[in-house]
Amino acid sequence: MPQAVEIIDVVKKYGSFTALHNVSLDIRPNEFFTLLGPSGCGKTTLLRIIAGFEDITAGTLKLFGTDITALPPDRRPINTVFQHYSLFPHMTVAENVAFGLRRLKMPAADITRRVAEMLEMIKLSSHAGRRPHQLSGGQQQRVALARALAPRPKVLLLDEPLSALDLKLRQAMRMELKTLQQQTGVTFIFVTHDQEEALAMSDRIAVMSEGRVQQIDAPQVIYEHPATRFVADFIGDANFLTASVEGLEDGRAHCGLPGGYRLIARDAGAARPGQSVSLFLRPEKLSVHDTPVEEGIGMTVRTIVYQGDATDYLVELDGGVMLRSRCENRINGDPILTAGERGFLRIAPDAAKTLLD
Amino acid sequence: MARKTRKITDLPGFRGFTWLFFAYLYAPLVLLVVFSFNATRSGTVWSGFSLTWYAKIAADSQIQRAALNSLTVAICATAIATVVATAAALAMKRGVPFFGRKVTGGLIMTPLVVPEIVTAVATLLLFSAIGLSLGLGNIILAHVAFCIPFAYLPIRARLERMDESIELAARDLYATPWQTLRTVTLPLLAPGIVSGALLALITSIDDFIITMMVAEPGATTLPLYIYGMLRLGVSPEINAISTILLGVSVGVVTLSHLLTRRR
Repeated sequence: MPQAVEIIDVVKKYGSFTALHNVSLDIRPNEFFTLLGPSGCGKTTLLRIIAGFEDITAGTLKLFGTDITALPPDRRPINTVFQHYSLFPHMTVAENVAFGLRRLKMPAADITRRVAEMLEMIKLSSHAGRRPHQLSGGQQQRVALARALAPRPKVLLLDEPLSALDLKLRQAMRMELKTLQQQTGVTFIFVTHDQEEALAMSDRIAVMSEGRVQQIDAPQVIYEHPATRFVADFIGDANFLTASVEGLEDGRAHCGLPGGYRLIARDAGAARPGQSVSLFLRPEKLSVHDTPVEEGIGMTVRTIVYQGDATDYLVELDGGVMLRSRCENRINGDPILTAGERGFLRIAPDAAKTLLD
Repeated sequence: MARKTRKITDLPGFRGFTWLFFAYLYAPLVLLVVFSFNATRSGTVWSGFSLTWYAKIAADSQIQRAALNSLTVAICATAIATVVATAAALAMKRGVPFFGRKVTGGLIMTPLVVPEIVTAVATLLLFSAIGLSLGLGNIILAHVAFCIPFAYLPIRARLERMDESIELAARDLYATPWQTLRTVTLPLLAPGIVSGALLALITSIDDFIITMMVAEPGATTLPLYIYGMLRLGVSPEINAISTILLGVSVGVVTLSHLLTRRR
């Protein structure tokens, strides 16, 4: 079975500016694939290239094994959900959904049936005769989805479709999108700068920065085993430390920290004995305690930030290293320690990882 | 110490000056309209309401021919200018960028700033040099040239406000470039096109200088006819024709304005 989309050595230049540097990636059939990165990283450019809205400077684009590099957008069985929906304002909801089917010259009876089916799916059957401006943002969003899915595209592209919705609706739509993708079996390529969205919905995520793909992996792998400092920093919250490598053993680096602390970090080749290396630790892997614990390190609490479900502690180790710890508020929100108090920090085994810069 | 900010409307005499200003602008028009309904020939003494002069011009076959000529010229010139302006606006905003696109945008507008008498003389010289003699056709050709920028402005403004991704959505949903133009771009552009056409229409109907230069004997438009009548002295018929022209102009411009505002 060929890949749903193969992007092979794609380069995109705008004059002297290179938006994409030799990007290569494969998107599997029936996958919920996310392009994640800050604005200007090239994710939207890549999406527009797959849709056919932008031509490429060099490279090849394949859809289920067929080269589509030279095809215009109307000849690619790929549909797009636009960031601001881009519904046709002069057409009704039903006409919007039928647009692609009409262009594909589907028989009228089939179009009627398919439109009814799609409106049923998005629970807007009663709004078939309305114009887009008579709908709420969330409803317009669903019409845009129905319009793009009606022609049964082989791949659905979604360009930050949730960014214009408010928080509650955005969270509800995440679930809906994921369910929809599983029901339809269509390959989804989702563009976002919101890492929470990416982690919640994706089968795999490609993290992009400055026109390059930094890492492609499942959400858990991206979160727990970021390949580069950029990925570790962009996804979630992280402590970064510089340590000196004292030795390597079975994919573990033995590191020394200022103040004489030793830390064993997971290593995938970033560490060189005798040199310094970046370490990262997720704050939730560090816990603070008011009584001595096994492998606890003495520290002083500097700042406390209450977050509702958790409390963040900025702590200072004896020796000056500052670390952030996040402790879930399982029982109540009372802090374990208050600012200025001494206590103990426990670092979970395997919490630290070395990073490529 | 808070200093009271002074608004221009607080200045002494502001109200009076404003009234004076509007009187200055509109008094001639008001007089023209009022005396078009005067019962006698007098242009200064009001002697009662009457539609005599309107009845008179309605019965005048020469005026009717001039009005028909004006309409023919205006409609033909508007139709051609609007098509050209729409194509130009699409090329400028949606076409592939080409060398000198900005300059071209400026060149489309130049008829608005070139002194009309210069355009008129230049057109006359060109037409006589090539021996063009198409009757009303001469006037239509000359009018198309200066109608284009008037039609172009509202069309381009509308196109600038239109979200290009709506057209991309059509392309994405299997519409060819031509189908996209027909089913999405043009319907969304329609208010701008109609507004541009109405502006071109009114500009053509009103035109005097260029028309006078290029009009051949017999090809008399309404403004030329009014000018001809004036040479025989002021008459209430002129007031009546002018009032009708004024009414048409105001009506068309209002319509154009309403269409431009519509989203």
